[in-house]
Amino acid sequence: MMSTVSRPRAAAGLGLIVLAVAAIVFPAVFSSPVVTNYAVYALIFVAVVSAWNLFSGFSGYISLGQAVFFGSGAYAVGIAARDWHINGVGVFALLPLAAAVGAVIAVPFGLVALRVRRHTFIVITIAVFFIFQLAAANFSFTGGSVGVAAPFLPWSPTEFNDRFYYITLACAVAAIVIAALVRRARFGLQLRAIRDDEDRARGLGVRTMRVKLSAFVISATITGLVGGVWFLYLTQVEPPSGFDPLFDLSLVLMAFLGGLGTISGPIIGALIIEPGQLYLTIKFTNGYASEILLGALFLLIVLFVPRGIVPTGGEWIRRLRTRGRPAVPPVPTAVPAPAPSEGSDAPVTEARR
Amino acid sequence: MSALLRTEDVRKAYGGVHALDSCTVEIEEGSVAGLIGPNGSGKTTLFNVITGYAKADEGQVYLADKKITNVTPDKVFALGIGRTFQLTRIFASLTVLENMLVASPNGRAAARKRAMEQLEFVGIHGHHAELAGTLSYGQRKLLELAYVLVADPAVILLDEPAGGVNLSLINHIAERIRELNAAGKTFLIVEHNMEFVMGLCDRVTVLDSGAVVAAGPPDIIRTDRRVLNAYLGEDLADDDPHPGEQA
Repeated sequence: MMSTVSRPRAAAGLGLIVLAVAAIVFPAVFSSPVVTNYAVYALIFVAVVSAWNLFSGFSGYISLGQAVFFGSGAYAVGIAARDWHINGVGVFALLPLAAAVGAVIAVPFGLVALRVRRHTFIVITIAVFFIFQLAAANFSFTGGSVGVAAPFLPWSPTEFNDRFYYITLACAVAAIVIAALVRRARFGLQLRAIRDDEDRARGLGVRTMRVKLSAFVISATITGLVGGVWFLYLTQVEPPSGFDPLFDLSLVLMAFLGGLGTISGPIIGALIIEPGQLYLTIKFTNGYASEILLGALFLLIVLFVPRGIVPTGGEWIRRLRTRGRPAVPPVPTAVPAPAPSEGSDAPVTEARR
Repeated sequence: MSALLRTEDVRKAYGGVHALDSCTVEIEEGSVAGLIGPNGSGKTTLFNVITGYAKADEGQVYLADKKITNVTPDKVFALGIGRTFQLTRIFASLTVLENMLVASPNGRAAARKRAMEQLEFVGIHGHHAELAGTLSYGQRKLLELAYVLVADPAVILLDEPAGGVNLSLINHIAERIRELNAAGKTFLIVEHNMEFVMGLCDRVTVLDSGAVVAAGPPDIIRTDRRVLNAYLGEDLADDDPHPGEQA
């Protein structure tokens, strides 16, 4: 008989296999380029929001400057391909450069921004974001307001989206696996401790600056790489698209909708919001309709599921499972109670409130 | 016995308020030392200065003759000083076991084993899989003590361990302190519960307005007029002052 401990794990394992098979056969089932375009964008955001969550979700430092790494990764690939005259599928060899650029930018960015907390940190990330957007629009090597065009990829239009689907799927899976590994590791535990009480964590030996900066750099590295992939898919980058202020707001919305700090929550958020946003953009001629609806959705999330779908759903399931049971189950104690002190024969710990 | 932890002429001011004023305290190795004084006398500030949470304006802090003045909290912890807080500070969204592992310097398996041992020692191992935020206040106090113990510090600073907990738990905490002290741990305890302090401590230091007004064995401190004066606000010092060891 399957134990109660292994049953949820078996179900989760089965679910993962089903998801993996569905993800692999998706382009064969939905061959329309419109649908695969939705899927490619959704997977790009799954990868980036997982990377964002790895830092912001685990540590509680809400960054609104992730587009800095995304846009820089895109520009890095574009400028390198242009200046080094790289064409064809060889441009994919430049993706590590995009990741490296993200990481290199994250170090000084993090060393400055991570000295402050909460609102001040958010403001600094926004400020850095605008510095990069303005720089991209005004430097000649970034192509100014025109931006940079991607090198031609020798793929037929029918297979273009499918190939990018699998590339972005690989990026998304890699980002999710890295986020899950970080969360399980002591490093992830320290990040979550920082989220709860940073000063206390320091007092327990956690080198908070080192931990935060490491997570920030890992997050930026993944985001830079995905920015490079996005650039090759879109075939161009301009300052407003590479450094898009709505990019970070979308990430925050995805993470909050699904469940900040969880692994599956931001993924669910990205899979709901990004295709929805694309659909609304195409459906309505007014380009701002999707933003208005996203804003309304954010308000609804804050009002009704402030902790996100995954934590709230988990709580509902727990309530259903424990319905009819006592609110506070007795805690088994394996050790004998210590010898009573003078004047006391009371139990060891006080009763739970 | 020699002084394991020592502060020398430590001064700390917040604006115009002198929280600590030439504060010199010595904690002998293997002792349980008490630190008492009226509210606002500088007890927690002294804890904060020792553990790096606040910077001393002047003066020095030594651990086994090594200067640790204004060293950051993570380094102070690594050097062997652990502390708890007056209002418990736990990681509410982590499980009880995860709280323990945050402070653990060991590898995964060894860390879990040691963490469970410490939880068992303080008596809350049955809650190891629960979120720490669901614990009662008393259980949180025990968790704080347990996760400080994980890294096996030489000196443990407890800020009001008996504050806000019931009598049975106070006795339980006192027993655990005695056991740890018998195993060689040195304690410095801030506490308002005089029975707890006098019954547990080898030596008590009294602070008032940031300065040490008396220090000595509990029996002497209990009747020291300067101490009564500090607590009761009466000018009793002129009437037959009791010979406390240090003024």
